[in-house]
Amino acid sequence: MSVHEPASMKPSGPQQRGGGFSQAALDEINALRPRYPTTEALLLPVLHIAQREWGGWLPDEAIAAVAAELELPVAKVYGVVTFYDLYPQKPVGRHRIRVCTNLSCQLRGSEEIMETLHQELGVGEDEITPDGRCSYVHFECLGSCDTAPMMMVDDEYHENLTPNRVRQILKGLK
Amino acid sequence: MAFERVLTRNVGKPEALTYKGYRQLGGYEGLAKALKMEPDAIIDEVKKSGLRGRGGAGFSAGLKWSFIPKGKDKPKYLVCNADESEPGTFKDRLLMEFDPHQLIEGCAICCWAVQANTTYIYIRGEYTKAAAILEQAIKEAYDAGVLGDSVMGSGFKLNMYVHRGAGAYICGEETGMLESLEGKRGQPRVKPPFPAVVGAFGAPTVINNVETLCNVPHIIERGADWFKAIGTDEKNTGPKLYAISGHVERPGTYEYPIGITFREMLEGCGGMLKGRPLKAFIPGGASAPILKADQIDIKMDFDTVAKAGSMLGSAAVIVMDDTTCMVRSVARLAKFFNHESCGQCTPCREGTNWMELMLKRIEHGEGTERDGQVLLSICGHIGGNSLCALGDAAIGPVQSLVKGFQDEIDRHIREKACPFPHRRYFEN
Repeated sequence: MSVHEPASMKPSGPQQRGGGFSQAALDEINALRPRYPTTEALLLPVLHIAQREWGGWLPDEAIAAVAAELELPVAKVYGVVTFYDLYPQKPVGRHRIRVCTNLSCQLRGSEEIMETLHQELGVGEDEITPDGRCSYVHFECLGSCDTAPMMMVDDEYHENLTPNRVRQILKGLK
Repeated sequence: MAFERVLTRNVGKPEALTYKGYRQLGGYEGLAKALKMEPDAIIDEVKKSGLRGRGGAGFSAGLKWSFIPKGKDKPKYLVCNADESEPGTFKDRLLMEFDPHQLIEGCAICCWAVQANTTYIYIRGEYTKAAAILEQAIKEAYDAGVLGDSVMGSGFKLNMYVHRGAGAYICGEETGMLESLEGKRGQPRVKPPFPAVVGAFGAPTVINNVETLCNVPHIIERGADWFKAIGTDEKNTGPKLYAISGHVERPGTYEYPIGITFREMLEGCGGMLKGRPLKAFIPGGASAPILKADQIDIKMDFDTVAKAGSMLGSAAVIVMDDTTCMVRSVARLAKFFNHESCGQCTPCREGTNWMELMLKRIEHGEGTERDGQVLLSICGHIGGNSLCALGDAAIGPVQSLVKGFQDEIDRHIREKACPFPHRRYFEN
């Protein structure tokens, strides 16, 4: 499945959930409010929460919900979302894989890690496996150069990789 | 070498993760002492120690603190720069994951010195583990009365929050970081005004790197004279973390007195990978011009590395052996800077793109005779022509490639292909 259409063309994608934030998320947001002198400063933390709520990415619906919650213009939220690498705007797999390919990892074989993912998952970079399980992208330095090559699966670092190790890790992803 | 580790002394001691354990290891004594001192006396002590910023710029930490205006008419902030994103750098992650209270203590002393009541630790979004460890440590520090309405019973109020970034190298630039903290795109600001006067939320703000702040409790506890005795000279003092990666046997974070030679450092991490010859090394992260193997005896301090035409930067040392294609390596760095340029200043936005395209073309054997000169010309148009240091950082590796490794560029062009076989690292 190729997913190169912009998010706005997919009004009812499989991971869109409808509605706004859950009550737990709203509680979390409200707990953060006293930390900052402005509401705008909540934007990055709230986008992280929204992304968790909407299955790992930010459809237009999520961006609108964030804008409404923080009383900010949608365009402003959209501008911030597009600036940062950790806010994908199109669907991702249930497990998001990010492979560092910067110099220290390149010197230690990160390209072969990318090749292994391609072979094992059978899809290209930034595409989702047909079962919706995984998507992978190359990424800039993740601050783990002493254990190169490395990749992040969701929030977890996997270090000192080899192609075989990558295969094992993939087997463990449901 | 007889050197007692300072910043990493608690690494490998899991008890340091808890408030109680950190206390038992002698922690928070620096803060207790600081709270009995006048704030200005702390700033003087840090100035006297010669502590220079460990994030890259190497600016005097004490001097930076002294720029914060006195008086209570506005709130003041400390923003701890934990956005460690310079390729090759992973030292701050170690400090946060293994000794979070050391950082909290350093932040608290800084806040008392400049009379700031709020700290934001701006940590890169990918460091979820370090962020969770810090959150837990901060919670324990509140429970123990080290943070909150009365820091260690002194009546001084201090709140501390972890703020996660979202994946943007430019947010490590101090004003880009402030924009990001305020909920905006992380585009650097025009300076002046400097953050010490108009920083976070329009208020006076100190911005220090994690490692810089981790030095502070030790300076207060053991004195500036002790700190100054470590290092090369008066201007290069104290312990330093070096993050070593690339073609060495044991990559890792190593703590040495600042000014250890690169040769000693290389020996300390087991030498070159598989004993292969050294070709080149980057002494201070992706922004630092590349040094050649003949510089192996260089002292790794701020001023010596600067004199050699590079910079110590974040002390991220990337080591490359004789099988490394320098064009390919620099092309990767150019791709990074192109991706991370915030797009605000035309010379940087367009120039980094051109540099990436040209270096890739050369790497693929499609370069022309004049490419080296064109690259230098692009560098000349970027350097000094953008608001922040990213543009200048982006040209460092490219200039050092053209000036130091012209022969490799020529071979790519002459042979119409990369002359270095792309080695397979893993046996499948």
